[in-house]
Amino acid sequence: MTSHSGDMLVWLTIFGAAGVTYSLRIGGLLLAERLPKTGKFKRFMEALPGTILLSLIVPAALAAGPIGWLATLCTALCSLKTGNVFLSMMVGILIVAAGRWYGF
Amino acid sequence: MVFTSTQRQDLTEGFTANLVVSASVAAYGSVLGLMAAQKGLTWYQLLVMNLSVFAGSAQFVMVDMWLPPLPMAEIILAVLVINMRYLLIGASLNPLFRGTSLSHKALFMHLVADENWAMTMARFYKQPTTTWFLLGGGICVQSAWCFGTLLGHRLGAVITNPERYGLDFSFVAVFTALVFCFWKGRQDVLPWLVAAGVAALSESLMPGKWYIVCGGVAGALAAALLSPRGIGND
Repeated sequence: MTSHSGDMLVWLTIFGAAGVTYSLRIGGLLLAERLPKTGKFKRFMEALPGTILLSLIVPAALAAGPIGWLATLCTALCSLKTGNVFLSMMVGILIVAAGRWYGF
Repeated sequence: MVFTSTQRQDLTEGFTANLVVSASVAAYGSVLGLMAAQKGLTWYQLLVMNLSVFAGSAQFVMVDMWLPPLPMAEIILAVLVINMRYLLIGASLNPLFRGTSLSHKALFMHLVADENWAMTMARFYKQPTTTWFLLGGGICVQSAWCFGTLLGHRLGAVITNPERYGLDFSFVAVFTALVFCFWKGRQDVLPWLVAAGVAALSESLMPGKWYIVCGGVAGALAAALLSPRGIGND
């Protein structure tokens, strides 16, 4: 079992990690309120959600290999045609799962 | 606290919208739970970590670094770097939170993860959406995360290699399925190309999750500085 001081270190580490994570979440929101709402700042803030989303997608999709590229394309096309998020997502997962199952 | 019917409906819809991706969250949680048990974390330490940190990739790194004597400063620094993207994600939620009180913001921001953020913003662009949709999604993801990790901790991983079933791809798939909701027109072409290029490049050059911050900021800067409409014209 961990000693009393070891236990203390465990909690300090967990709450330290929680503290910095929460500070980033709330900090981003509160900082954005203080930014000007015109001109360059406005365009920056308006573009931000899309550019974050794309940055989440592109490297991960590229790393998934040819089968992942196909799955990403099919997910995007399905979403464009049907507008159904659930269906589009399942199409992508099933293509990747099937591809890996058959060893692509 | 009294809920209005819109709040209750948004809470429920937010929860439901995130159910599928939460299944993947739970599967990955069970892998983390197994790792945590092997590293000697107790189930209640893991539970407190889930509830307070609530960030998947950061928690994987934390547990990975979990060796006595606990490198507290290094772990917290690593978490800060990995979660830097939440600064941007938090900032991007500003329009959704407009008009809410500080305590409302302080409470609701804790349960923001990549998945429910993307779901909420996608809906926000299409129809009136409140912070309750975000919270409903957060509760769904948080519940799945706690369920998965504790199951993994007590019983071992439900699925030892989620990659085999394409579950790692589910996160890419859900973001891709939502991408058209974020599209606002031709002015997005350049920022999106810059974001994609910089994210891909920085992912191959830098460790961890810096690529999300780099791609996100570079793309948005392109929108701010290289707008074809010219400066001051909005």
